[in-house]
Amino acid sequence: MSALLEVRGVSVSFDGFRAINNLSFAIDRAELRAVIGPNGAGKTTFMDIVTGKTRPDAGDVIFGDPPRSLLRMTEAQIARAGVGRKFQRPTVFEDQSVFANLMMALNAPRNPFAVLRFRPTSRHRDQVQDLAEEVGLAPHLTRVAGELSHGQKQWLEIGMLLAQDPLLLLVDEPAAGMTLAEREHTTTLLRRLATTRAVVVVEHDMEFVRRLDCRVTVLHEGSVLAEGSLDHVTADPQVIDVYLGRG
Amino acid sequence: MRRSTLIFLALLALSTAAVTVMAGGGLISTSFVKTLGMTLCLCLAAVAMDLVWGYAGILSLGHMAFFALGGYMIGMWLMWARTEAIVVQALSGQPLPPTAEEIRQGIGGQIFGVVGTSDIPWIWSFAHSLPLQLLLVVLVPGLLAAVFGWLAFRSRVTGVYLSILTQAMTLALALYLFQNDSGLRGNNGLSGLQNLPGVSAPQEVTALWLFWASALALAGGYLLAAWVVGGKFGSVIRAIRDDEQRVRFLGYPVEGFKLFVFTLTAVIAAIAGALYYPQAGIINPAEMMPIASIYLAVWVAIGGRGRLYGAVIGAAVVSLLSSWFTGGRAPSIPLGFYTIDWVDWWQVLLGLAFVLVTLLAPKGIGGLFR
Ligand SMILES: Nc1ncnc2c1ncn2[C@@H]1O[C@H](COP(=O)(O)OP(=O)(O)O)[C@@H](O)[C@H]1O
Ligand SMILES: [Mg+2]
Repeated sequence: MSALLEVRGVSVSFDGFRAINNLSFAIDRAELRAVIGPNGAGKTTFMDIVTGKTRPDAGDVIFGDPPRSLLRMTEAQIARAGVGRKFQRPTVFEDQSVFANLMMALNAPRNPFAVLRFRPTSRHRDQVQDLAEEVGLAPHLTRVAGELSHGQKQWLEIGMLLAQDPLLLLVDEPAAGMTLAEREHTTTLLRRLATTRAVVVVEHDMEFVRRLDCRVTVLHEGSVLAEGSLDHVTADPQVIDVYLGRG
Repeated sequence: MRRSTLIFLALLALSTAAVTVMAGGGLISTSFVKTLGMTLCLCLAAVAMDLVWGYAGILSLGHMAFFALGGYMIGMWLMWARTEAIVVQALSGQPLPPTAEEIRQGIGGQIFGVVGTSDIPWIWSFAHSLPLQLLLVVLVPGLLAAVFGWLAFRSRVTGVYLSILTQAMTLALALYLFQNDSGLRGNNGLSGLQNLPGVSAPQEVTALWLFWASALALAGGYLLAAWVVGGKFGSVIRAIRDDEQRVRFLGYPVEGFKLFVFTLTAVIAAIAGALYYPQAGIINPAEMMPIASIYLAVWVAIGGRGRLYGAVIGAAVVSLLSSWFTGGRAPSIPLGFYTIDWVDWWQVLLGLAFVLVTLLAPKGIGGLFR
């Protein structure tokens, strides 16, 4: 069986600066993968490319079954094909209730006419209720998302991703701003999710990555520097060099 | 249905009944009934503006172009049908009944004499038929909005650039129509629109009919808008307003939503215009100048965007005050060394009100409730 996501020789430059440089790697269908690397290594840009926000100058990104190139698809089409994304800072719709946020994310036809006719059934309401319970927001369904704490917003966004039920989940620095208890809860959830889908986690925090207990890809200057278990990559002299060199 | 919608509809019904009774009792003049009817049409345009700007975040500064186009489309039939009646009347004295061609020539001479021709432009092909021209009230502005929106949204033009583009659109349209050979009588515009063809009822009666039609249109437009923003669609367009990239990552085709809202609101504005100009009696290209659309945005901002009743309050209050101040009815204030003449100073007052609302009550008058 082929990989779920395959990045082949992708490069992208911003004003002559190569943020991603001939990057290649693959993710399996039910795999948890951590991507680490110093600031500016290109981790966020990699997610931008997979989700269609940034178009690469060269290379190809293949996804799904049957395998399709993501490069010709819009952001919305890529999302509908099954790529979900969690942003670095929590991005929920602060003006709207937790319920409305989750309902918007719930899998349902996305075109304007279908959305116009959409009226939530009791099945939809139950689904939202279940999701809210899963991320600990059940008592807050009617609250406006803007009133939630930082951690709760992170959870709401994770809940929205679950509602989308993607095949591939891209998570950018989830631990940022979370308490220790929240981090533990997050690692448990991510590991459970990775049993039914692919999850790629970008993270700075080595402790967090260690707890994820998964294969690690080290990015540096837009390419893969090392790949393997956390112990393997942290023992790599090149990796040590990069992290210590940047201090 | 939401409580605010019910309250709004009840208030609208009450004021419509009150105006009807007062007009019947001679308490308010026919011209004031017309002013009120026109105000209702402006309120409907403001509801459309609120939908596109307050909810979807698209600051269109060209929606009055659609309003005026709607007016032109109905105006063409009004002018044609009335002129036809006059021509037939004038030719009836002749020994032989006039041929269709003679009538056409007569109409052409009457309508287009002011721009130095009697040829009937092709765009008047349907002007003889009310149903066809009513169809054009919807189709012409709707298609213009759809094509313009498709080009702009597809290229991801947003924010201030989109606003400038909409200004350019309405300005270009106005400048084009100012030309004598545009086919719509250049700067003369269309006139005599207050006379409904084939209706012998006097103005005080037809003024009430149009007033009722305007109230009905506003009620319908408000209900439609409330339905559109009430469910998940409303959620999605507000989300697009706040962070459209995030909405794309949820899988929604953002451009399709914007195009839908832009076109729908253009059509609502066009219908409002088609009811407004028969009450105004005259339409000319100056109505499409960018300032008109800017005023529309100012009303909605003052009334409170993102709330449908806010838009209605803003349009009603500001446009009624405006006609009071500029109609010469507001007493001038002599200061000894200078006299404040409201015809000139009203603009300053409005500008000041706009600045104050923006600074002190960013949610507008509508935001003061609840
Ligand atoms: N839109 C952009 N325009 C210009 N430079 C960018 C842009 N996006 C990212 N970069 C640059 O590309 C490099 C990689 O950035 P990023 O992917 O955000 O790194 P990371 O997430 O690994 O910290 C950085 O040097 C950043 O400054
Ligand atoms: Mg980053």
